[in-house]
Amino acid sequence: MLQTITILLENKPGALLRVTGVLSARGYNIETLTVAKTVDPELSRMTITVDVEDRLRGQVVKQMNKLINVLQATDLTDSPAVIREMVLLRVRCTQESRTVVLKEAEIFHARVVDSSVEGFALEATGDPEKLDEFIEVMRSYGEIEVTRSGGVAMSLESKKLRLQPPVQAAVVPYAS
Amino acid sequence: MHSPDLHPAPGTKRPEAPVKQVETGKLMSGAEMLLECLAREGVDVFYGYPGGVTIPFYDSLYDHHIKHILVRHEENACFAAEGYARATGKVGVCCATSGPGATNLVTGLVDAMMDSIPIVAITGQVHSKLIGSDAFQEADTFGITRPATKHNFMVKTLAELPQIVHEAFYIAASGRPGPVLVDIPKDVFQARGHYTPVETIHLPGYKVFTEGHTGQIRRAAQLILEAERPMVYAGGGIVAANASAELTEFVELADSPAVTTLMALGALSASHKNYISMPGMHGSYAANMAMTECDLLIALGTRFDDRVTGSLHTFARHARVIHVDIDPAEVGKNRNPDIPIVGDVRRVLQKLNRVIQELAPEFGNKKAPARAKWWNTVRGWMAERPYDRPHADNEIKPQHLMDEIDRMSNGQAIVCSDVGQHQMWAAQLIRFNEPRLWINSGGLGSMGFGLPAAMGAQMARPDKLVFAICGDGGFQMSIPELATIASHALPIKIIVMNNGYLGMVRQWQTLFYNNRLSSVVLDGFPDAEKLAAAYGFKGRTIDKPWQLTEALQTAINEPGPYLLNVMVTPDENVYPMVPAGGAINEMVFAPETPVAV
Repeated sequence: MLQTITILLENKPGALLRVTGVLSARGYNIETLTVAKTVDPELSRMTITVDVEDRLRGQVVKQMNKLINVLQATDLTDSPAVIREMVLLRVRCTQESRTVVLKEAEIFHARVVDSSVEGFALEATGDPEKLDEFIEVMRSYGEIEVTRSGGVAMSLESKKLRLQPPVQAAVVPYAS
Repeated sequence: MHSPDLHPAPGTKRPEAPVKQVETGKLMSGAEMLLECLAREGVDVFYGYPGGVTIPFYDSLYDHHIKHILVRHEENACFAAEGYARATGKVGVCCATSGPGATNLVTGLVDAMMDSIPIVAITGQVHSKLIGSDAFQEADTFGITRPATKHNFMVKTLAELPQIVHEAFYIAASGRPGPVLVDIPKDVFQARGHYTPVETIHLPGYKVFTEGHTGQIRRAAQLILEAERPMVYAGGGIVAANASAELTEFVELADSPAVTTLMALGALSASHKNYISMPGMHGSYAANMAMTECDLLIALGTRFDDRVTGSLHTFARHARVIHVDIDPAEVGKNRNPDIPIVGDVRRVLQKLNRVIQELAPEFGNKKAPARAKWWNTVRGWMAERPYDRPHADNEIKPQHLMDEIDRMSNGQAIVCSDVGQHQMWAAQLIRFNEPRLWINSGGLGSMGFGLPAAMGAQMARPDKLVFAICGDGGFQMSIPELATIASHALPIKIIVMNNGYLGMVRQWQTLFYNNRLSSVVLDGFPDAEKLAAAYGFKGRTIDKPWQLTEALQTAINEPGPYLLNVMVTPDENVYPMVPAGGAINEMVFAPETPVAV
């Protein structure tokens, strides 16, 4: 099963690479990654899904939490969380199947963002498995092109954010 | 006021403030600000090699009181900074130019990362307008060193320079120490601005765990008092946290035998009655047997490294485990402890020692007979198979060399070791009565470490007798630094344990690859006397056991550096040895001695 990790990190150059470096250094391939700034523009929220073997899952989250730029990394895989993804999909369909395609799109709560004689461009959001189904269904009507956003996740439990308070600068640490 | 996560080392003093600090608002260049920040961090010496983009910095250095040691290769600047840091606990500093200068630092950075050594590396970068244009001597230092450091910075403007420099020192020295790199473009060195001293550092995401959990510490104390066969497994964290005094008190209160890892030799005095030796791949029989048979393993500031544990399935298989470490990612990484305690090992031991004293009367003497039996067993193992110390009539055994160095050091000298067979023999046979005397590349195993590390250690501790013990392989990796040693007349005693081989690889080829000796013969070693003379100091080659004592004494008596090339038995193997991945109680011993069951 994929591991879903949510990370609150400083919005600084290189911060993203430090986080993904924890995974790539161990040979893990990232399945999805989304990142955007939060209400506080100095911070970003990142969601990663990655296939990490069970016994190392705790280790990768601990290693992410050690990063200076990371305020909090949390494993959401087994905790109450909502995960949503967006898909943009273009489907070519015949004149005859247009109505059916629109009907199917409606079932998945997809919106039409563009319509042409060749077919439609659709926008859908939902949990990733639901979107898999949506894509499968649309594929049955004709040639498709798909862009997925990767999941964005939010924990449904509030977790206390433990931040380090400021310290005095240039305190020579070895002086007693 | 001290932040709670830094380690005040007893006995080490803040260096004299040599010049008055620059006043607020003074117009200065970036290079001058950097020097002011280094001075405020207590830097008295640093190691480096200038280049195109760092010329503005070196120009300001020309008038500054901070001493710069010009090494002969940037990698050695990093190793020397490590030697300085390892000998003192202070942050070591090194400096290199952009491009090749920076890439040459990488081995040293990873070395410091693996052994948790606090260093700050300053690198020059090309003019910020040229970054990304494949400019002359441009490299993506920030990208290259990201996984090689605890943290790294690229300075973009003069305004952020002082803040970043102080953050770098804070990150390097606090928590689990490590290397931090600051990459500074040439134009930032040259830019001028008004200097404002940095008052505070705020790194909200940098979590430093210091105080161990009180409830866990109490439970640990109970387990210790209940244990029948306790064993203390102390690692480099004890040295980093300056916790030797607390460790010593702890092993006495716990009445437990103790081993110190390769990173912690001297953390508990080798002459302490509870001290066993080093455990692991080339550890002693007693240490490995006691680790295997104990019922409580107390791991302090250590990371269950594969060279210590061998096969994890069989390691300390009957034992419950207490694991104290400042890095939460180390706790449970290789072995799930029964009692995890995340905290500064010095503070945790202070509390633990108090709780043990408080609870001891409740437990009384119930466990005394079991403890006496355990001590008997451990002492039995120690007597049964001490380390081999073969001496021969007509050739110098490597162990004989280490025995002689041990006798002359008497637990007091600083020994900087390179990597390989000589490192293992030195670790086995030379005693250290204090921490920070044994300096070696433990985690990364970087050949060429010993000699430059000795430069840093000797400058940090001019009062000390410093040996650099190298193999003939590692020594030849650091030969350029003989010039640095000569020009500063550093009285380092360079001992080359010369077996004509890349000895440790040769040993593995002998034992595991049908003695097919592929690319391990190091012929062409230079004449040591002439080599030393070429650099203006004394050197000598010996190959007979009766020369050893007198030759070492001559080297020690020499006021300057001395190169002693000791030809030893070429095909001696290091024993005991736990084959890679094997159980540590299944050691291989030297063939001429009977194998224990």
